[in-house]
Amino acid sequence: MFLINCPYCGERDQQEFKAGGEAHIERPKQPTELSDDEWAEYLFMRKNIKGVQFERWNHAHGCRKWFNMVRDTSNDEIKAIYKMGEKPPSQ
Amino acid sequence: MTKNLRVKSSEYIDETNRISFKFNGKTYHGFKGDTLASALLANDVHLVGRSFKYHRPRGIMTSGSEEPNAIVQVNPGTNRTEPNVRATEVEIYNGLEASSQNCWPSVEFDIGGINNFLSPFFPAGFYYKTFMWPASFWEKYEFFIRHSAGLGKSPTSNDPDIYDHRNIHCDVLVVGAGISGILAAKNAAKNNFKTLLVDEKNELGGSTIFENNEFNKIDNKTPSEWLKKEIEEIKGIKNLEIKTRTSVAAYHQYNYLLARENLTDHLETKDKTHKIRQRLLKIRAKKVILATGALERPLIFNNNDRPGIMLSSAIKKYSEFYGVACGSKNVFFTNNDTAYESAMSLYNKGINIEAIIDIRDQSESKIVKKVKEAGIKIYWSHTVVDTAGYKRLNSVSIMKLSNDGTSVTGSKISISCDCLGVAGGWTPAVHLYTQSGSKLKFDEEKKVFLPSQNKSEQISVGACDGDFKLDEIIKNLNQKLKDNLNIKETDLDTIKVEIDQENSKRNIWLLPSDKPLGKTKPFVDYQNDATAKDIKLALREGFRSIEHVKRYTTTGMGTDQGKLGNMHALGIIADTAGVKMGELGTTTFRPPYTPLTFGTIVGRNVGKFFDIFRRTPMNDWHVENKAEFENVGQWKRAWYYPINGETMHQAVQRESKAARESAGILDASTLGKIDIQGSDASEFLNRVYTNAWSKLAIGKCRYGLMLNEDGMVYDDGVTTRLGENHYIMTTTTGGAANVLGKLEDYLQTEWPELDVYLTSVTDHYATASLCGPNSKKILKKIIPDLDLSDENFPHMSFKEAKIGNIKCRIMRISFTGEHSYEINVQASYGKDLWEKCIEAGKEFNITPYGTETMHLLRAEKGFIIVGQDTDGTMTPIDLQMDWIVSKKKYDFIGKRSLYRSDTMREDRKQLVGLLTDDPNIVLEEGAQIVSELNQNPVKMLGHVTSSYFSPNLKKSIALAVVRGGKDMMGKKLFVPMENKNINVTVANPVFYDEKNERLNA
Ligand SMILES: [Zn+2]
Repeated sequence: MFLINCPYCGERDQQEFKAGGEAHIERPKQPTELSDDEWAEYLFMRKNIKGVQFERWNHAHGCRKWFNMVRDTSNDEIKAIYKMGEKPPSQ
Repeated sequence: MTKNLRVKSSEYIDETNRISFKFNGKTYHGFKGDTLASALLANDVHLVGRSFKYHRPRGIMTSGSEEPNAIVQVNPGTNRTEPNVRATEVEIYNGLEASSQNCWPSVEFDIGGINNFLSPFFPAGFYYKTFMWPASFWEKYEFFIRHSAGLGKSPTSNDPDIYDHRNIHCDVLVVGAGISGILAAKNAAKNNFKTLLVDEKNELGGSTIFENNEFNKIDNKTPSEWLKKEIEEIKGIKNLEIKTRTSVAAYHQYNYLLARENLTDHLETKDKTHKIRQRLLKIRAKKVILATGALERPLIFNNNDRPGIMLSSAIKKYSEFYGVACGSKNVFFTNNDTAYESAMSLYNKGINIEAIIDIRDQSESKIVKKVKEAGIKIYWSHTVVDTAGYKRLNSVSIMKLSNDGTSVTGSKISISCDCLGVAGGWTPAVHLYTQSGSKLKFDEEKKVFLPSQNKSEQISVGACDGDFKLDEIIKNLNQKLKDNLNIKETDLDTIKVEIDQENSKRNIWLLPSDKPLGKTKPFVDYQNDATAKDIKLALREGFRSIEHVKRYTTTGMGTDQGKLGNMHALGIIADTAGVKMGELGTTTFRPPYTPLTFGTIVGRNVGKFFDIFRRTPMNDWHVENKAEFENVGQWKRAWYYPINGETMHQAVQRESKAARESAGILDASTLGKIDIQGSDASEFLNRVYTNAWSKLAIGKCRYGLMLNEDGMVYDDGVTTRLGENHYIMTTTTGGAANVLGKLEDYLQTEWPELDVYLTSVTDHYATASLCGPNSKKILKKIIPDLDLSDENFPHMSFKEAKIGNIKCRIMRISFTGEHSYEINVQASYGKDLWEKCIEAGKEFNITPYGTETMHLLRAEKGFIIVGQDTDGTMTPIDLQMDWIVSKKKYDFIGKRSLYRSDTMREDRKQLVGLLTDDPNIVLEEGAQIVSELNQNPVKMLGHVTSSYFSPNLKKSIALAVVRGGKDMMGKKLFVPMENKNINVTVANPVFYDEKNERLNA
């Protein structure tokens, strides 16, 4: 059970949060211009890394804000948390 | 026949408080402070159970939670009965009853004991190999296995006890209140850390509390004397909370630990009632100090499992702590000095020691000298090769060990005895450490797995970190506390420790016998009856991974998770495979450390507290009017309102007719409602719904379909424009929270530039849906001054009005195809509104209807229910709802996916109507649909999603999804059922009032 430092509320128990998958996958601005393959790349393909992964999380049972997390999936160490729209920390 | 084996008055046993209890139906006596195990031993009862596979007689082996054999059923036949309880942990009280498990008809005479003589036929993997084929025999196998396995009996009536959960946040959690834990907790608390100290036992002090080696001293006192003073001192420290009878079950990431606090199990039944039995502590600690100690290992030799064979440390504890001698003729068998301490404990109480058998060739420590001076016979370089006695040990046979320890030589000596204490060294209790995700390393010299690191948020101290000697413990503990808690001085700086030095070591994982291994029974896992022979067989059969060997032989798979024998199993594997133990890896210890009751896990979340439930403001009326309820998400919704003993079918038929013929009323308060405001609200709706929203006039309503980005239908509902920048969206009852979450996601992460604010207002409004040809007249009676003409208040529009002083929002929208109004008021006026409608509707026979009738009425109109007629694989095109998908809009959620090659396939499942050729047959929802009956295998075309008997059409109707169904209008298909095939015809899904004439009726 992680202890997650919501950038708006502070440290809270994991059960207040919802994981939202890989971060920094931007919705294409002009979806109709994309081929089936390009759209499928956006829609379906995710990396699911063993190691350092950039993720989206939502403080669903708290402030309802979405934010980003850098997590090592091999040992669940949370390396960084930053707000939506902010640049990911350089590794 | 029973003899009293009490040896001296112990300060932990209250001999003035005599307690009567029953074991296997027979009454015994013990004293307050006894465990079931110590009280039985005092009555000379060793035989307490039968082993799992061979049904061999088994006795009490240990004095703690690691006990593999003495597993009992407590209070059998009562509603408080609990199986798989360790007799070593049960504190006795007047009226306690316990019985052996895994034996039939009795522990003394057990039919399964025949397995023992058949044991050559029960090798490792026996169950896997034998009960495999044919599959149809499994029922019989299962019966046989379950009947003989007998892991206790579950209670058959409700648990009368209360369980509880508590969240605890602390700076330092210390697990284990032995000497290391007590000193760690004391120094943490004294340095202003909010500290919690927990221990699974009812007394603090661990094993040091009965430490009796006269050659070990702390500040010139015996360790037990010194520690008692410390215990008194810590009880008064503020900042320090101490919890006994509290066992840490799980250690999760980020220092989140679960512990079970046992509050009433030691009390008499009359004192248990109305009290919390067990409490689950959910602990979040900034730092965790593990002081979990070490478990003594047995030795693995032929027939090492007979009742009377016990751990040497357990014999010492029974003698020193409980004042009980475990035997009257004792032998010890050891590879280290601790057995000599146990021997001296008995000797000093005048109990007979027959001999000590030591696999080492000598030891020069003071305690060994003392034993020699006492005239106790020591057999150096000897091993036990066999034991005798079926229900109780009566002798051991010993022989001289060869120099390399793999064989025995010379002649066999038999020693008569009734108790054998075995001492195989110590295994650090690293279970919780590994549960936390931290890694172990193997220490070749100590032959133990040790924590490989101490991190800032977690340290291991004392025996669980491999420090077994008092001087090491104190010295290392002091340093770790200073480093980890950033303390300059501790009271450990000045402690003077003297210890008796042990200097020779010898470790043999599997001790040889004069018989070949195949003819011996050296048990490694007592609870699961796995022997060294089984482990070697698994290796011969090609198993290599420790995890595979474990599962194949079931070693370590019992309720004790093999706390005693896991190290030997690894050692035997390493020796046999010729690899180093460090390279072999260790198995994973999983939570819980000791079994937890279901009650503790669920706490108060039972019965009506099992899940949250939501009730509408009209709920009391529904209850008073005898509605049946159904669960929709967390909501309790009125399902139907039976009158005069109607069945559900009868009630629904009546309600459906009434709603179409005159007037019906539905409680629609559960529909999700989201208030949407902001200057970009229209643009936002354009992006989330498939149809266009910018031109919707203020005061108008529109139905919308929401997709996922993959093009599949996600939710639907009517949204009303209340103002220039203000909308109210309705969602499905079950989808409300998810829709809000999804919309927030897009707003915050994809379109942060939009000026839009979302607020859930589901609970703020109560909604009554008034429908039927007389609905207008009823509304007119309630709000006489509102112009209800079609010109002023047409279908799909909205008005604000007042019922008396109560403000309301009225939408003229319809989910039934009838002329209808949804009236929304502030939630607290919901019941009032409902009663006004009922009162006003009386002359029109207004009929309240529930969700079942609502489903039927909308099915007559072919309206979908998201989640019933769709399942996350249906596009709007599949639903034949092309009309709602805007071709003009550049983009909306899911639009691009509608043009993927897969979503454009012609042969996708599409929504159609189905009519049965026999109008009286109602199809089963979920039934499969085929076009050919004689195909093999038959091709499944789709399935029925909604099906009812329509009282208004006087025939059966159904909605279904069928492959390529769009082009099948009028086609004959079949619904094959268990004993008949039903003929059906594909039809238009709008069965009733196709031209929507009734909306304005
Ligand atoms: Zn937050």
